[in-house]
Amino acid sequence: MIEIKKIWHYLTRYMDSFLLIGILILMAVGLIVLYSATGANMSRVSNQIINMLVALVIMWLVANIPLQQIMRLALPMYIVGLVLLIGVALFGEINNGARRWLNIGVTRIQPSELMKIAIPLMMAWYFDKHEITLRLKDYLGATVLLMLPVLLILRQPDLGTALLITASGFYVLFLAGLSWRIIAGLVIAAAASLPVFWSIMHDYQRRRIMTLLDPSQDPLGAGYHTIQSTIAIGSGGIVGKGWQNGTQAQLDFLPEQSTDFIFAVFSEEFGLIGNTILLFLYLIVIARCMVITVNASTQFTRLIAGSITLTFFTYIFVNMGMVSGILPIVGVPLPLISYGGTSMVTMLLGFGILMSIQTHPKLVKT
Amino acid sequence: MKRHVELRNHPVELHKFRFRLAVSACFVLVLFLILYVRFYYLQVSQQEHYHTLAEANRISISPLVPNRGLIYDRNGRALAQNYSAYTLEVIPSKIQNLESTLDELATIIEITATDRQRFKKLLKESKRFNSLPIRSRLTDVEIATFAANRYRFPGIEIKARVLRQYPEKEVVSHIIGYISRINDQDLEQLERNEELNNYRGSQHIGKIGIEQSYEKQLHGVTGFEEVETDAAGRSIRVLSRTPSIPGNNLILSIDLGLQEAAEKAFGERRGALVALDPNNGEVLAFVSKPGYDNNLFIGGIDQENWNLLNNSIDRPLNNRALRGVYPPGSTFKPFMALAALELGKRTPEYSMSDPGYFSLPGVERRYRDWKPGGHGRVDLHKSLVVSCDTYYYSLANDLGIDNIHNFIGQFGLGKKTGIDIEGEVSGLLPSSAWKMSQHKQKWYAGDTISVAIGQGYNLTTPLQLAFATMIIANNGKAYLPRLVKQIQNSETGDVEDIPGKLLYSLNLKPRNLEIVKSALVDVTRPGGTAAKAAINASYTFAGKTGTSQVIGIKQGERYNEKTINERHRDHAMFIAYAPADNPKIALAVLVENTGTGGSTAAPIARQVFDYYLLGKLPEAAVAKLPGRTCML
Repeated sequence: MIEIKKIWHYLTRYMDSFLLIGILILMAVGLIVLYSATGANMSRVSNQIINMLVALVIMWLVANIPLQQIMRLALPMYIVGLVLLIGVALFGEINNGARRWLNIGVTRIQPSELMKIAIPLMMAWYFDKHEITLRLKDYLGATVLLMLPVLLILRQPDLGTALLITASGFYVLFLAGLSWRIIAGLVIAAAASLPVFWSIMHDYQRRRIMTLLDPSQDPLGAGYHTIQSTIAIGSGGIVGKGWQNGTQAQLDFLPEQSTDFIFAVFSEEFGLIGNTILLFLYLIVIARCMVITVNASTQFTRLIAGSITLTFFTYIFVNMGMVSGILPIVGVPLPLISYGGTSMVTMLLGFGILMSIQTHPKLVKT
Repeated sequence: MKRHVELRNHPVELHKFRFRLAVSACFVLVLFLILYVRFYYLQVSQQEHYHTLAEANRISISPLVPNRGLIYDRNGRALAQNYSAYTLEVIPSKIQNLESTLDELATIIEITATDRQRFKKLLKESKRFNSLPIRSRLTDVEIATFAANRYRFPGIEIKARVLRQYPEKEVVSHIIGYISRINDQDLEQLERNEELNNYRGSQHIGKIGIEQSYEKQLHGVTGFEEVETDAAGRSIRVLSRTPSIPGNNLILSIDLGLQEAAEKAFGERRGALVALDPNNGEVLAFVSKPGYDNNLFIGGIDQENWNLLNNSIDRPLNNRALRGVYPPGSTFKPFMALAALELGKRTPEYSMSDPGYFSLPGVERRYRDWKPGGHGRVDLHKSLVVSCDTYYYSLANDLGIDNIHNFIGQFGLGKKTGIDIEGEVSGLLPSSAWKMSQHKQKWYAGDTISVAIGQGYNLTTPLQLAFATMIIANNGKAYLPRLVKQIQNSETGDVEDIPGKLLYSLNLKPRNLEIVKSALVDVTRPGGTAAKAAINASYTFAGKTGTSQVIGIKQGERYNEKTINERHRDHAMFIAYAPADNPKIALAVLVENTGTGGSTAAPIARQVFDYYLLGKLPEAAVAKLPGRTCML
């Protein structure tokens, strides 16, 4: 008995139980929706369970690494990610008109996924190094670090990932104390450069934005996704149509219903009550992450924790926003719920870092 | 420096960070609130509007399934074809009480117990939203009867489907294979290959044989149709249409007439025959007996038929030509003889005296010849003609296992040939390295002796033997064996030839080949082991008989066919090609549990040659052959 307790204690030493329970509940919700969204396809569900287990093991491993070690990884990870992105640009495989995958012999990898973690790590590390001086030129340096990979990802083209990575980097800049005046300046500059952006965008990206403004303009093309997913959410009403009874989902009106649009299935079958509970669950997880961030003891840990937390939130907001028709369609999964292994691993890797920050002895700088 | 650090890590900075984090928290809350307002708007204020839209969701995209490509033999005779028929299909999720509905349905349309069994099996394997067939090939009367009663059966519909049919059934089942309903594993596979979209609407996929290996060619490209429907899901009009592209037709190198002749020659006996064209590797006949009716698998096989096939002691589902492994027996000897000449271990003139057994120096154990008392003086030519074992025992001892392995490996024994259907097995051509890695034992000289006459660890498939025979017949050219000769675009009718693929050429001395080949011709002449099979042939052919042991015979005992269980009797083997001077066909025959190659396997080869070279059909004489009574 005592032995088991010891082992249990050893295994959970670096776990944050509050956060872990939140994650597990969201995963369970994800499996229930996935079962319905795939039309009771058990093999898809068991694949997803395997994805989750792999991601949980990775989270556990990361949580066991002390922060100093993780910090040492920041620069190498960033450089490897950057090299791989250049590799993609030169030799990447073209799939659905975009060049995102790199074949490294053993398997195919999507280096932009690695960057989702590498960017905040690198920028937090950078600010930690330059903590003493923090002047405008340091912020400029950090911006360059951020923009290099973002431009490479934009070229693939993968607008969704580029925007999310920009957001994760911006959160570090913001939390590191970028002055409000510059932020205001950036917002104005961004607004001013919109026409330029418009002109370099790919056709399909422009179409998505036009469609957002008026989906009925193109009901069978790009607007189809938005129309069908808003019908799904709206027709769910307050209590929903019941598990496995969503007509939009089960009769295949919904596109990508086990991956990016899985929220529409959830919303159709569980209604506003389900949505309320789901938002609340996410909010609890975010709140816990914020507490961990506040308690973090060094500049590096504070910045990285804050950025991971806000990026997690951004995924949720962008996904739900696109499915409910208030944001354009960008390929962003709903964290912990959408089908897919890569995003699950990236997400839990981030949570692993947060747990490590929370559970390892805090080093106070003197 | 130190002072600076202390200055920086301090309440003011921390306060600033916390303020920024608080701002972020507000940001999160505000955006979540926006989402919530949006949900409230959609699900409460506008719920009725969207509910109506969902109910009347009018535009559905339905796939147009392409017609599957057809399969013909080399002379244009159909081996797999399509026909249109009306099927009665059930969507389980739309029916409350399935059992009673089916009972009621059975009162107006005939539904046999087998139909129901098959349907139950399908039901277990499918999703409840799928449309599952309960009856196919409805007659006009049945269609009219159901149409009049349709209102009583919501969730049951008549659908026009294109169905697959295999007119030749058992004769080519091991070549063609079959298609069957797409299951979960197929779906996963399709998803991995990013082909799922092309199978939207498809119900079947190739599972085995040509139907499987040429699935990409046969399936075609799925089209799409945007249809406006009414609230009940019935289509009102078509808005746009991308037509499907039908799959390509395949023209096989198989000669159906030859295939049938070979089948007939086998009668009711079990075994396999593979015949290749030595000039290009085309497979002319590919027989595995018994075959099975591949039509049974198309709509999902019922339990009763499945048990019959799967539990049969004759194992009709086993593709013996492709996957059956047998010791090659004495058909191994021509390759040994070539090795002896090419590696300089024997000259054609060398002869030895055969006492009827062979012993390794200093070892008591005797390796017996099949002929008690031996063959007298034996040279290389005679050793093949009378199939002398002792000659090869001593030869093998001189060659050593690794020389045998390396030389004979060039003829493809113990390796997959790469034929264009899946599931081929590699068999085994042993070597000392193999034994070490597999059994963690060193190779003993005694092991080599039984390998010499194609027993011991040796295992080959009939396909491999035919491949090796082809290489002798054409003087060293290894062509890839293939079943598909041409691919035809089913829309334009354009035919694309698949040229023969020369894998490699062996550099064999013409004189050595000549010595072995002349001995193989003499095998079929008076005094040879296959002489009887060649009586009155108007062409010459070359061959080698073999006997493949099923069970070992103890030292000091004799093999007695009559006292041994039928399934433990030896397999008869024969490899041959014809005409001997300019080969047009090379083959390997295996007849299970019927004794020696000369008496049962060689006559089958003769009949196949007669058909292919002279156009003569096998006579009813097969009925006189030993084995079980013949129905044909």
